[in-house]
Amino acid sequence: MGELMGIINNTKNGNLLKEITENRYIASVPFGGRYRMIDFVLSNMVNSGIKNVGILVLGKYRSLMDHLRSGKEWGLATKRDGLFILPPPYYDGIRKGDLENFHYNFEYLRKSKQKYVVISRSNLVCNINYTHPLKFHKESDADITVLYTDEDLSKEDFSSSTILHLVSDGRITDMEVGPHKPKTNKVSMDTYIMEKNFLMDIIDETLAKGGYDFLMDCVVKNLSRLKVYGYCHQGYVGRIHSVQSYYRHNMALLNPNIWEEIFIKSGPIYTKVKDQAPVKYMENAEVKNSLIANGCVIEGTVENCILFRGVRIHKGARIKDSILMQNCEVQEGAALESVILDKEVLVSKGQRLSGSKEYPMIVQKKTMI
Amino acid sequence: MHKKECIAMILAGGQGSRLGTLTKKLAKPAVPFGGKYRIIDFTLSNCCHSDIDTIGVLTQYKPLVLNSYIGTGAPWDLDRKDGGVTVLPPYVKELGGEWYKGTANAIYQNMDFIDQYDPEYVLILSGDHIYKMDYSLMLEEHKSNQADATISVIQVPWEEASRFGIMHTDEWGRIIAFEEKPEYPKNNLASMGIYVFRWHLLKEYLEADEQDPLSSHDFGKNIIPKMLQGSQKMFAYRFSGYWKDVGTIESYWEANMDLLSDYPELDLYDPDWRIYSVNPTQPPNYISPSAKVHRSLINEGCLIHGEVENSVIFPGVYVGPGSRIVDSVIMPNVKVGANVTIEKAIICEGTLVRSDSLIGYDEIDFLFRGNLPENSGITVIAEGMDIPRWTKIPKGSVINDLSYI
Repeated sequence: MGELMGIINNTKNGNLLKEITENRYIASVPFGGRYRMIDFVLSNMVNSGIKNVGILVLGKYRSLMDHLRSGKEWGLATKRDGLFILPPPYYDGIRKGDLENFHYNFEYLRKSKQKYVVISRSNLVCNINYTHPLKFHKESDADITVLYTDEDLSKEDFSSSTILHLVSDGRITDMEVGPHKPKTNKVSMDTYIMEKNFLMDIIDETLAKGGYDFLMDCVVKNLSRLKVYGYCHQGYVGRIHSVQSYYRHNMALLNPNIWEEIFIKSGPIYTKVKDQAPVKYMENAEVKNSLIANGCVIEGTVENCILFRGVRIHKGARIKDSILMQNCEVQEGAALESVILDKEVLVSKGQRLSGSKEYPMIVQKKTMI
Repeated sequence: MHKKECIAMILAGGQGSRLGTLTKKLAKPAVPFGGKYRIIDFTLSNCCHSDIDTIGVLTQYKPLVLNSYIGTGAPWDLDRKDGGVTVLPPYVKELGGEWYKGTANAIYQNMDFIDQYDPEYVLILSGDHIYKMDYSLMLEEHKSNQADATISVIQVPWEEASRFGIMHTDEWGRIIAFEEKPEYPKNNLASMGIYVFRWHLLKEYLEADEQDPLSSHDFGKNIIPKMLQGSQKMFAYRFSGYWKDVGTIESYWEANMDLLSDYPELDLYDPDWRIYSVNPTQPPNYISPSAKVHRSLINEGCLIHGEVENSVIFPGVYVGPGSRIVDSVIMPNVKVGANVTIEKAIICEGTLVRSDSLIGYDEIDFLFRGNLPENSGITVIAEGMDIPRWTKIPKGSVINDLSYI
């Protein structure tokens, strides 16, 4: 049974990635050649021994359900515990926060037998074992433990993240939610560990006082009253909150060290199996510095690219610095540079498309060019 | 159990001794193939696409890998409430047990399994062929011919015909004569070892064959000739397309190489006829800036820094910088260090080839002595070996332990 359960909160992500999240939300955005964003957090939970995972959903979750199905690929299609999709209550107006979604699914929390819960989100690309922060949580006798990383603020835009202020024993004294000028380099992973009963109590209490947002009303407003500690995760974390960060963290996987850290060193990242044949590199293929998933057939030139499953690059086509999602086809002589093609895009003979690395061009699903 | 119209029995017990080192630790149907699969995946996937949902897999020789690979049958959608896949090893009965004495005897010993489903037809398949075939079309033809038995046949090159069981048919496709491996074949229609039988009739023949002390209890050698003698209605079903019995190291190597032409006869990329297998959890493969890859199949989890040409690379393989792999089959989790050259070789699972080694080089002695290396020059290295730095292994060697080197 274990003592830790997981909740993946998908109710807070809006239309972050423009066209890419128009018809799906961040959890089901394709990433890294064969994954969906949720695979990372879900696999991390499973690899940490978690056997009970609840997934809070809201809005356009059809593609997520299609991806997860019974949870079999993650070993979560079990009789005891397993994978639970937690739907939102019916509500006609504009939602203010995520607390009512938690509250609507209290029955699930009540039935779960684990003492502790880790709450995380789907927009993180990382490989982490939650048993270490859980140990820290118990030892520091905290009410809430917030996971964070030390980041180089000059390298990336953290204006959509939460910045932590810590004192030497790790206690969090202040938090800045989405600051323009962060005052520390300790960036929250939006991942929290606490006791399940504590979670239910604080939600009840906050809702009763008119609060509606977990981070703002349960955590930030109670920093002086509660023992909120920070746990520093040593490792690569990609926070996906914009087209730029999506592009950058995909491309980061072309660094073999990051590729190994994310996929090989700790537990594997599980995803839905598609039974595609190995990648076929044909006679005229020229491939450099690229990540290529099964089912691809490469006849042209590919450089610094991420190709998802089933992509076809025909003879004489040249693609560079681009991300091509499932089943895209680039015909003879076409050229792409700094482009993100959503699923099933067809680029016909001789077409040329280019964006820039800072602002990659995005082509919507099923477009024919 | 619900009644089933047709169930399939897959013969997967053979040792495949001519595959030598490749079948040292596993049965032939479990040998890795095509950068991703095990040989039996083709037959199991065919069943899945042909709507056959009840399958017995007869195992005998080194079944551990094969049994755990098949598991519940989930990768082929065979984890069914009713039917699905059942692994059938030989077992002990009241009067003692015995090994499967031949293909027909293997079915004979499992008549109770088949009878549970009370099928009209039984499809007998082999677990060691590479092909894509819709068995439901064969079954349709069997039914419309009102046949007692239907044997799938394929035209083979004349020079190879004497390796097969050869069928002679009349103009309607009815089989009039059958020759098992004839020295001078009069025909090139070869049996593929795929049969549909009316179960009740087959049962009679199996029971009679069991009483025959001279029989070798084999479909090709005994059951089919006896049915012909008994004037049963037997038809040939003509199959056209890619079909390969990977019985030897050469044919295994060739069948892998067959996949590498730009448009191979066996299409693995048909979305309507996927070949299912147990999928390892691995990331997409990474081709580094220093790598060169041509005419190759490379699976997930591979990290390629060197050069790969005309080769089949299974998942989890590492190829170090400056290394060159040509005309080879590299099985799962093989690690190849830097500046290694591997030519026309089969490297089995988990082997480590340390830097600066040379595998499959032309030894000058061969040229002097004029004798050809074994295996048509294919070098084979067994699984789990650690090949030390600076090792040179001449063309055609079979390396099972380090004392050979």
